[in-house]
Amino acid sequence: MTENLAANRLQSTSAYALELDGVARHFGALVALSGIDMRIAAGERRAVLGSNGAGKTTLFNAVTGDFLPTAGRIRFFGEDITDLPPHERIRRGLRRTYQISQLFKGLSVLDSIFLACRGVSRRRFSLLRPPAADVNMVQARSILEAVHLEAYRNALVATLSHGQQRQLEIALALAGAPRFILFDEPAAGLSPTERRDLVAILNALPKHIGFIIIEHDLDVALRVANYVSMMHNGHLFKEGTPQEIEADPEVQQIYLGGKHG
Amino acid sequence: MSLATAAEGAAPQENWLDKIGAGHVILAVALLLYPLVASDFFLTQIAGYSMIFGVLSLSLMLLAGYGGMLSLAQITVAGIAAYAVAILGSNNSNVLGFGWPWWIVVPFAVAAAAVSSALIGWISVRTEGIYTLMITLAIATATFYFAQQNYAIFNGHSGYAGIHAPVFWSINWRDPKPFYYLCLGLAMLSYAAVLYGSRSTFGMTLQAIRDNPRRMRALGYHVTAHKVFAWFLAGILAGLAGVLLVWFNGRVSPGTIGVDVAIDILIIAVIGGLRHPIGPFVGAIVVILMQTFAIDIVGAERFNTLIGLVFLVIVFVSPDGILGLWGRIKPHLAQESLRAGP
Repeated sequence: MTENLAANRLQSTSAYALELDGVARHFGALVALSGIDMRIAAGERRAVLGSNGAGKTTLFNAVTGDFLPTAGRIRFFGEDITDLPPHERIRRGLRRTYQISQLFKGLSVLDSIFLACRGVSRRRFSLLRPPAADVNMVQARSILEAVHLEAYRNALVATLSHGQQRQLEIALALAGAPRFILFDEPAAGLSPTERRDLVAILNALPKHIGFIIIEHDLDVALRVANYVSMMHNGHLFKEGTPQEIEADPEVQQIYLGGKHG
Repeated sequence: MSLATAAEGAAPQENWLDKIGAGHVILAVALLLYPLVASDFFLTQIAGYSMIFGVLSLSLMLLAGYGGMLSLAQITVAGIAAYAVAILGSNNSNVLGFGWPWWIVVPFAVAAAAVSSALIGWISVRTEGIYTLMITLAIATATFYFAQQNYAIFNGHSGYAGIHAPVFWSINWRDPKPFYYLCLGLAMLSYAAVLYGSRSTFGMTLQAIRDNPRRMRALGYHVTAHKVFAWFLAGILAGLAGVLLVWFNGRVSPGTIGVDVAIDILIIAVIGGLRHPIGPFVGAIVVILMQTFAIDIVGAERFNTLIGLVFLVIVFVSPDGILGLWGRIKPHLAQESLRAGP
């Protein structure tokens, strides 16, 4: 109880990190999202499951502002961010990763993470070269360690392997002081070993950082989430704890049926 | 004790040379000594003129190479500075000419160019690729015709003549040697600034925006503001080049800012290469030499054909321009010298 109060005071406005009220997105006649209502507490870790085209990534795009929703309101720690441009949402502590890596192929790994740190800090327009002791450079180097990319700090992003690029995707989302992160299929294309590393990285995140993870690999999703939402055709149709979802016959039909059949 | 201080003194010096690079030092010394061997014609018409157009193309390289924004309006921006020099300073066309001293005129002219450039950028950054090229072409063409038909400000198709470079420290800065050093100073400063700036925070943000604007938004950057600021900086370079251009010609007219000149600047940048700030200067020397001497080789009727053919060959052989060509030859040369060594 006292912990909740402290968290409330820290976040100042709301116990919810993210509140979605009737968020909808239409592409012409296609309904990608139809009236999603969702409440995610600060520090909560939510998995969103569903088949391709269920609207999961569209949901992320609506929350980060990559595409604006056609209807509904989005609140971030109590503040209505529905009409804010993406960079303003990021500066308030929201982060995301992309299903298909969105990186800077002409930049080095360290410079990429430095830019991520500088993006939510001051002197974004500085015409001076950042010294090695710059606070954002120091932050970048510690993130580099956290995602195990120290050996590639000066490598061009274009020369990284797929797995390393996925690690850099996550590194960019950890920059600054994230309060809530959207992970879009972070395990896509990773080897079993890399998946284990990913689960370790996600579980090692500070407890106050909540996240939503879209993931097809239930071994990853159910190990890092404490609550699960199922999506289908732009609707949320089921919610529950990882145990409930794993035991659910309908989910088994969709997700696990193939494996055992 | 004295040994220790000597070692301490030597260390930063070595560092200093390493930082600048031996190639840069050799090039700078050669350019500083060039007036000892060059005729007045080669000092101003070739070297000076190449450096003015080098800086102008450098402003395009900054936008296109680092920012991924192609522009045909760089000569328009330079022209605004040139007209500002004619209007705020003195001319003998009996139109306007406030007669301000050069040290007030130049900052005003460069500021006018930078602000206009930012405005052009603000209009065009909503578009990408070929559409940016079309919008900037439209702006360049519109400005050309407006200058030609407006007499109150631009003095119509005759423009302004009788514009003089300043005279101070008892030097006439339009004399061949002083003018050469003036151009060299601007070229070296612009080159060094762009090279340094490419690794600055803003330089990195610009290259990151070129690679992936969507991700930059998702990292907290106001992408449009960064692009417009890049146009502002490019406008400063183009404006400075415009000031030297009007001092060089002694006049400015709509012909100075014509579409043919706008295309020349694009050709210079592409021939030289957009990967490194030295590219525009290499391209400028090649194009100015061709424009000057092609007439002697193939006659006045066909010299544009020759320039066009050379352009085609360079782009066909190396899409990255002469810089790209050098980048491909260099490893072979290194291998040859290794083979010759033992």
